[in-house]
Amino acid sequence: MNHYETVFILTPVLSDAQMKEAVEKFKGVLTENDATIVNEENWGLRKLAYSIQNKTTGFYTLIEFDGEPTIVRKLETAFRRDEKVLRFLTFRLDKYAAEYAAKRRNKKAAKEETPAAPVEEAPMAEENINV
Amino acid sequence: MAQTQSEIRYLTPLSVDTKKKKYCRFKRSGIKYIDYKDPEFLKKFLNEQGKILPRRITGTSLKFQRRVAQAVKRARHLALLPYVADLMK
Repeated sequence: MNHYETVFILTPVLSDAQMKEAVEKFKGVLTENDATIVNEENWGLRKLAYSIQNKTTGFYTLIEFDGEPTIVRKLETAFRRDEKVLRFLTFRLDKYAAEYAAKRRNKKAAKEETPAAPVEEAPMAEENINV
Repeated sequence: MAQTQSEIRYLTPLSVDTKKKKYCRFKRSGIKYIDYKDPEFLKKFLNEQGKILPRRITGTSLKFQRRVAQAVKRARHLALLPYVADLMK
């Protein structure tokens, strides 16, 4: 079992429902192959730093999951087959990355518990001082 | 005569800059993982054209330079950072 993280960019031409459907589809691919989804983040519509397939924006989604190494190939095939995906990146988290990801998750959970609290956008350098 | 020559006086005192020792910011602040999802932070290691700055300028240790490079390349792939730019920042 390894800990993986995947980020993919969906085309901006999709409607909200279509986008959610696509995300669900890839989550389905993961759960079918005995992976447990640890975290899911939707970054929303973001501007791309350069155009991909003549598009300047895209929906970013991040999924963290635990699974066997064979799953990565299956997931990436699914990404390649889908025209809605502009870009994807999947990689294994090493122990430091996993630590950082856990912290990020906890922070997100804390934020959701207290939505009234001011949103703190600390740069990474400061976040990591007490690792 | 020889004495006067050795005592050269300048109108403005010569600026003797003491070289500031470079250091690895990751080692100093104990950062272990460099996040590719934070393009604003990674921009500190790029020049105007979006190229990765060498270690001799940033002072990053070799270990972390490799990780910076890894993070920058991941960010570029996901269009969080440009591969080429004319004027970044």
